[in-house]
Amino acid sequence: MEEKLIKFIKRDQPSQAMFFLTPVLAILLTLITGGLIFYILGFKPFEALKFFFIVPIADMYGLSELFLKATPLCLIAIGLSFCFKSNNWNIGAEGQLTFGAIVSGGVALLFYNQEGFYILPIVILAGAIGGMLYASIPAILKTYFNTNEILVSLMLVYVSKLILDYLVVGPWSNPEGFNFPETRQFSESARLPILFEGLRIHAGIFLALAAVVASWFIFDKTYLGFQMKVSGFSLKTAKYAGYKGKKMIILVFLISGACAGLAGVGEITGPIGQLHREVSPDYGFTAIIVAFLGRLHPVGIIFSSLIVAITYLGAETAQIFMQIPKYTGQVFQGMILFFLLASDYLLFFKIKFIGFKK
Amino acid sequence: MIIDIHFVGLVITSIMASAVPLILASCGELITERSGVLNLGVEGMMIIGAISGFALMTITGSLFIAVIGAMLGGVLISTIFAFLTQTLITNHVATGLALTIFGIGISAMIGKNFVGIPGKEFPILFESLKDTIPFLSPILFGHSIVFYFAFALPFFTNYFLKKTKIGLIVRAVGDSPDSASNQGINVKLVRYSCILYGGAMCGLAGGYLSMIYTPQWIENMTGGRGWIALALVVFSTWNPIKILIGAMIFGGLTIIQFHMQAMGVRIPVQFLTALPYIVTIVVLVIISRDSRKIRLSTPSSLGKSFYKDN
Repeated sequence: MEEKLIKFIKRDQPSQAMFFLTPVLAILLTLITGGLIFYILGFKPFEALKFFFIVPIADMYGLSELFLKATPLCLIAIGLSFCFKSNNWNIGAEGQLTFGAIVSGGVALLFYNQEGFYILPIVILAGAIGGMLYASIPAILKTYFNTNEILVSLMLVYVSKLILDYLVVGPWSNPEGFNFPETRQFSESARLPILFEGLRIHAGIFLALAAVVASWFIFDKTYLGFQMKVSGFSLKTAKYAGYKGKKMIILVFLISGACAGLAGVGEITGPIGQLHREVSPDYGFTAIIVAFLGRLHPVGIIFSSLIVAITYLGAETAQIFMQIPKYTGQVFQGMILFFLLASDYLLFFKIKFIGFKK
Repeated sequence: MIIDIHFVGLVITSIMASAVPLILASCGELITERSGVLNLGVEGMMIIGAISGFALMTITGSLFIAVIGAMLGGVLISTIFAFLTQTLITNHVATGLALTIFGIGISAMIGKNFVGIPGKEFPILFESLKDTIPFLSPILFGHSIVFYFAFALPFFTNYFLKKTKIGLIVRAVGDSPDSASNQGINVKLVRYSCILYGGAMCGLAGGYLSMIYTPQWIENMTGGRGWIALALVVFSTWNPIKILIGAMIFGGLTIIQFHMQAMGVRIPVQFLTALPYIVTIVVLVIISRDSRKIRLSTPSSLGKSFYKDN
């Protein structure tokens, strides 16, 4: 009879310690595997990892860039945590971001030759509303037409990018712009202020922090948050308790759409100050990883957004200094999620060393 | 107005050609889903198939090795998904998304050295018969072997699921893994096999794109076809024959878009490009509206993990 040396035994309850330890484990495993991949591709692994993860954030400018990239990731991931906690698979945040950027950009263009304190709040609000409108499509189709939200939200990503493309090439393109695919510059009053002279980090970070605090408050302190969590654990329980399931679904989609829309506002009214073809380098998709790595918890998401933001910067730096393809960033992002999901096994199972038996 | 019947034949042929990758990927995913596994990594597996096929074709010069390689590439990456979802019992949706992100990244990394290299001419069958009958012969003759395979696949798949014992086992595992397991069926093994098979078909679909349809390697060249293939499975209500119809509709939308642009129809290009995605949503809504019908045809355990204490 064959005896196993190691045995996995199901835990009675998911391990609390592992809940916090596995994300760290996942990051470590990603770094080790990443080093291996670099080695296979013929790069010096330690040097490559250094250029990927340390060099980009070694100075003030790098740190500012880190926070600049982490801001949209954090905002979107906070929004997604509402959806994922309540078992709604919104994977179209990229589209909601783009549509938010379109609406807020359109409003900002209306005021292109005006200044005034009232402009920025309107522009920000427009972005949130744009994201909400766009997120309401998969939500309404899911609740009233029973349509799969994964596919609908994803298809809408492609549609939103084509709408943006149409607008910046066609009707909204800068009349004095020599046919470049971009709009006019927004007026100063429509732009999020830059925080430090010479750096690109802007006031959008406060939107992200506000979202963090608000989501923590809703989940930990309100009955609504409790209802969302219960619906996520078991729809049957939620129904039995008399929660309004359909309204809940629409609500979480609206929240997550608003967050993605705000991220879109940050991308266009920050350092760039105009609408152009590529508003987001797939922040909406990467934020899905950020949300999981942060365990759908506000504080966790702050950390995970910073960690994942490094993969964006690292990919750029490694490309410039070592000619490592920029897609390595995506490889790292995919790996983090793989390892995180894999190491979750330790949440539910414990390892028991049995030793040799004959 | 005289309609050139030969021209219509050519249009139908090009629609069929653009339907091929959708049919292959959807039929593969359909088997995976019938066993109760939802693999959202179709796009990732396709792009891996595309680069594996193209790279092997360039390196070895053998198209046979390249086609097998495209399938093996898909199998290899779907093994990650199978191990995670079946052995480590991870969430299907999240794992599938990771597969797509990872696949797009790693394919671009591998493909860096293959950008700009021209592809090879893929041999076609029945070339001599191509101009014999107007209208019919361009549709029937002069295509690659993958093309013929794709149009036969839905029928094979249908036969496999409905008439063979293994097909019955796959359906049993998808509809009720617990009872299947009690009957002595190794649920894990069946699901592993179905995931790997799905990987092979998605890999082949990608290989078709990079070696036959547009013989070259471009980053991200699957361009969302994997997601449309996923939608097609829902569209078909898990019936392989309907995949054929769906794939022709979507292939048609892509092709008509080119012809409308060529004819100078004054609709923005972006709207025409968005059409397949918008139609997908509309079709999904129409199909899913009847929740009872969807519930009856969806594999009951789709996307749910199965764990057996041993």
